[in-house]
Amino acid sequence: MSGIRVLVGTRKGAFILTSDGSRRDWSVSGPHFGGWEIYHVAGSPADPDRLFASQSTGWFGQLVQRSDDGGASWRQVSNDFSYVGDPGSHQWFDGTPKPFEFKRIWHLEPSRFDPDVVYAGAEDAALFRSGDGGASWQELDGLREQHSAAWQPGAGGMCLHSILLDPEEAGRILVAISAAGVFRSDDAGATWRPANKGLHSGQIPEPEAPVGHCVHHLAMHPSRPDTIFMQKHWDVMRSDDGGESWREVSGDLPTDFGFAIDVHAHEPETVYVVPITSDEQHYPLDGRLQVFRSRTGGEEWEPLGKGLPERDCYVDVLRDAMDVDSLDPCGIYFGTTGGQVYGSADEGDSWTPIVRDLPSVLSVEVQTLP
Amino acid sequence: MSAGTKAEATRVRVVLPGHLRVVARIEGEVVLEVRGACTQRSVLDALESLHPDLAGTIRDRTTERRRAFVRFFACGEDLSHDDPDAELPDAVRRGREPFVVLGAMAGG
Repeated sequence: MSGIRVLVGTRKGAFILTSDGSRRDWSVSGPHFGGWEIYHVAGSPADPDRLFASQSTGWFGQLVQRSDDGGASWRQVSNDFSYVGDPGSHQWFDGTPKPFEFKRIWHLEPSRFDPDVVYAGAEDAALFRSGDGGASWQELDGLREQHSAAWQPGAGGMCLHSILLDPEEAGRILVAISAAGVFRSDDAGATWRPANKGLHSGQIPEPEAPVGHCVHHLAMHPSRPDTIFMQKHWDVMRSDDGGESWREVSGDLPTDFGFAIDVHAHEPETVYVVPITSDEQHYPLDGRLQVFRSRTGGEEWEPLGKGLPERDCYVDVLRDAMDVDSLDPCGIYFGTTGGQVYGSADEGDSWTPIVRDLPSVLSVEVQTLP
Repeated sequence: MSAGTKAEATRVRVVLPGHLRVVARIEGEVVLEVRGACTQRSVLDALESLHPDLAGTIRDRTTERRRAFVRFFACGEDLSHDDPDAELPDAVRRGREPFVVLGAMAGG
């Protein structure tokens, strides 16, 4: 019988939630790396027992951990994220130059094909690649070299938080940076170009500027690599040409703000978001936690709240804190800043808390095990 | 002649904060053999050589500057802002007192 492993990164450690394919009874392992911020834990699609974890604190910096047995044991791999050459400066909030300074890894993206290949998105924004299972990291410095002088941090930091590896074209990579936007490479990260045409951000000086948009998260169905969904600081967006152009598909969503977005495992036009009240009020509208689902690739959305708090709920769901399994029916999972991880085994129609009292959840990744 | 000069080895005791003891997989103090001048830099060089997993956790890998929320204490003194190439106190060089690495009080 297949199983599910939910990898949860929190403010105070990592937790691993496991269940069989029924998704009814769960066991909880953790905290792993207790007391450290775990921005992301990700498993290799090529070898599900190989996991990578980004571990950091403001005191002692960045570490990366790797497991080769599904999280039963871990060992530290390289934390040497050195920018290539003199990294120069980006723009600070007041427009003055600010020297690049490595702070942490926000997101780890293992290759679909090679368990030794993993990408890492950094703050200050840069993309790193390891071809030896994390034993060493090399910056794909073309991104930063070619574009970073105009980048400015978002309120959460100047982080590279989303990495989409095209399952069909090995050379295409899309990344998203707050608050710079989307960048695309077609040559495995050697050269990059902005991919923000069609994005509109009304409160920046040039609302349709080629760079400077606060993209919160990207999602893609592996069978449709040209179709990409985006939760932006304002609006939900969609591209059908691999990020060359975007159009808004917020439709009838109740708010224009949110962080998380993901795509159904079997239905490329079914998309999930968690609307948040506003950029000033980072909690659900009216204290009622709801996931919204579109079965039409956007525009038309339905609220999904069965089993979720209907009142007095003021948590947030962060950008990397939602994922899906690939069972049938598809399961959806998300974590909150209040420490709950909710799961749905019926495509979002109903929800159950798997755990209620973890530290604030930063990320949720799901592995569907054979 | 003071301890730790010339090429003789000095045995220096180092106390790490709990998180870094976990990273280094150790319990209690670390005892290091430091050759030559006994300074913050040479002690941390020896520490990172013995426990490579600590690289980057106490000082920046590239600049070797102390991380902002890490402090160095010894003999009841805060040495955090001392020159990293200055000789450590004699009591540390003679192993009577430990060189203490700790996380700064921060976070409220």
